[in-house]
Amino acid sequence: MSAVADTHAQEHHHGPASGISRWLLTTNHKDIGTMYLIFSFTMFLLGGTMAMVIRAELFQPGLQIVQPEFFNQMTTMHGLIMVFGAVMPAFVGLANWMVPLMIGAPDMALPRMNNWSFWLLPCAFLILVSTLFMEGGAPNFGWTFYAPLSTTYGPPSTTFFIFAIHIMGVSSIMGAINVIATILNMRAPGMTMMKMPMFVWTWLITAFLLIAVMPVLAGVVTMMLMDINFGTSFFNAAGGGDPVLFQHVFWFFGHPEVYIMILPAFGAISHIIPAFSRKKLFGYASMVYAVGAIALLSFLVWAHHMFTVGVPVAGQLFFMYATLLIAVPTGVKVFNWVATMFRGSLSFETPMLFAIAFVILFTIGGFSGLMLAIAPADFQYHDTYFVVAHFHYVLVPGAIFGIFASAYFWLPKWTGHMYDETLAKTHFWLSFIGMNLAFFPMHFLGLAGMPRRIPDYALQFADFNMVSSVGAFMFGSTQLLFLLIVVKCVRGGEKAPAKPWEGAEGLEWTVPSPAPYHTFSTPPVVK
Amino acid sequence: MVEQTVAAPATQRSNARVVGWCLASVAGMFAFGFAMVPLYDVFCDITGINGKTSGRYVSSDVAVADMKRTVKVQFLAQNGPDMPWVFRPVSRSVDVHPGEAITVSFYAENPTGRDMVGQAVPSLSPSEGTLYFHKTECFCFNQQPLAAGENTEMPLVFIVDRDLPSHITKLTLSYTLYDQGEPQAAVFKTTTIDNG
Repeated sequence: MSAVADTHAQEHHHGPASGISRWLLTTNHKDIGTMYLIFSFTMFLLGGTMAMVIRAELFQPGLQIVQPEFFNQMTTMHGLIMVFGAVMPAFVGLANWMVPLMIGAPDMALPRMNNWSFWLLPCAFLILVSTLFMEGGAPNFGWTFYAPLSTTYGPPSTTFFIFAIHIMGVSSIMGAINVIATILNMRAPGMTMMKMPMFVWTWLITAFLLIAVMPVLAGVVTMMLMDINFGTSFFNAAGGGDPVLFQHVFWFFGHPEVYIMILPAFGAISHIIPAFSRKKLFGYASMVYAVGAIALLSFLVWAHHMFTVGVPVAGQLFFMYATLLIAVPTGVKVFNWVATMFRGSLSFETPMLFAIAFVILFTIGGFSGLMLAIAPADFQYHDTYFVVAHFHYVLVPGAIFGIFASAYFWLPKWTGHMYDETLAKTHFWLSFIGMNLAFFPMHFLGLAGMPRRIPDYALQFADFNMVSSVGAFMFGSTQLLFLLIVVKCVRGGEKAPAKPWEGAEGLEWTVPSPAPYHTFSTPPVVK
Repeated sequence: MVEQTVAAPATQRSNARVVGWCLASVAGMFAFGFAMVPLYDVFCDITGINGKTSGRYVSSDVAVADMKRTVKVQFLAQNGPDMPWVFRPVSRSVDVHPGEAITVSFYAENPTGRDMVGQAVPSLSPSEGTLYFHKTECFCFNQQPLAAGENTEMPLVFIVDRDLPSHITKLTLSYTLYDQGEPQAAVFKTTTIDNG
């Protein structure tokens, strides 16, 4: 199957502009998607380097490598960069590349805004990272930036941090609007809502979540800005404000945010597991409703992050039960993935390995989440390494493995070459082992009472911390292998057919590999 | 390329509509973030959680004290960051009968060489009792100016409600005193008078 057989007659289009202006001025969804993905991986390496500093310091008890002030900056910047710089842009990049291809659209609905929303991101992170070199250091109050630690006691660079968050928020909101407009208006004829691919569904819901909560984040940092610079007292008890209010507003954003970071991965996994099981996705409609239910419930559970501030018993019960309720739609999804694999003819190419690891390890993270949701038990776990283990189990094998699975799944479509399967499998197994070595012992450390965000610890925690650090170094260095695999795949390799995976379905596999610069100029018809 | 990728006018119209709705939602949610501030205060006021006691209490009828029941009310006083005043309750605790009006006082002294203004912010524990603790007169309703070296006794008049749940036998009222700066500037800087 060659491009010539295609009816789009790409020969008559002019291709991308040459030189740097192609990337600065592009409105092409594939170029912008690529830039998002490269930016995300750069931030992943930067945030990962900070994680390596943290784990190196925690390799042994006592202070060896960095001082506590710098350690605090590392934990804060690692969290901020991974959440806002690595995971979210990676999913926006995947959406840019795949949503138009999956719904048979020629491009995103608002291409110029698309360009702008990408180029805001490097500016935001330039500001954020530059705080490391400012007097007083970078933000050091944790990625949750609780007031008054971030207002009354924050370093002078906090104002730059606030502006960086504002710019990221604008970028995310514009990206979300673009995705919504594309999905609602540009589907190929015949593609009804309930025929949309799962990745498109999950991104539509994610985009609504972004529109609902990013403005609240912008609001809370604006209040901080006013408290710091304009003498208001939103979070200052001396002026009649309340620091607990900060936590309410922050987590009203923060809890939907964690679903923003996982729902697109749910969507991608729902393509990969059927493709390598050679079966249709089990329970498509229930998958759609489950994602909708998770998104709605995410607005009703925020106070489970703050049981220990003195929420009344009735409130604790409400937030506890609402949180436990989320396990129901999430369970529906996990069982549907398992049912899709059940009696399928499975093969274990790298995307499938990452997808299966996603299902197993994300479920472990979900279970530790249920343990944390139980209000009376949470008083023991709160702010310990158990929490760190929990959210790394949902974010690393959840979000990050979901992104890796997607990258391997669609790399042949993007580059026109097959990636090196042996190297990719090595990448998977080293990541899988390293990640579990790094994060599983943290459960035990947390249950034994080791607090998070502290550069030193008591002697009895030494062994588990050493294991954890070794795992972290293993996981971190393995990601350079991913860089090598992608570079190799871009530069050459076995030629990829239009549909490299036997069991894959969807419009993206009907265009040649690599996908031409312009696709679906004439919309396909979906039966 | 151009004529093929430019969307049809109908699509452009619906794009404009979608963008319009989305931007309206963004503006609405940004406003909602700020609306959470007064909503939170109202919510805490109604439910009494967070130990936020309400403002000046005006009793509608003259309640008769419940002489059979005794509740211990304890007082705490502490200083906010960088507040140099001496601040303490004159008596550590009193036993009261629900329904009777009690007067206690707090001692404050400005040991510094400059005129200052303080603002006390109350908090009641357990927070379940907040709705049943009424202040008819409190120094915390107003800012307290003290000249250099001056001291004063500040009055508090309160009534413990007869409807106080029977399992509560002890209430602790804690005041934190904050520095509000110089007497002149302070008037413009705070809006806390009714927070009480």
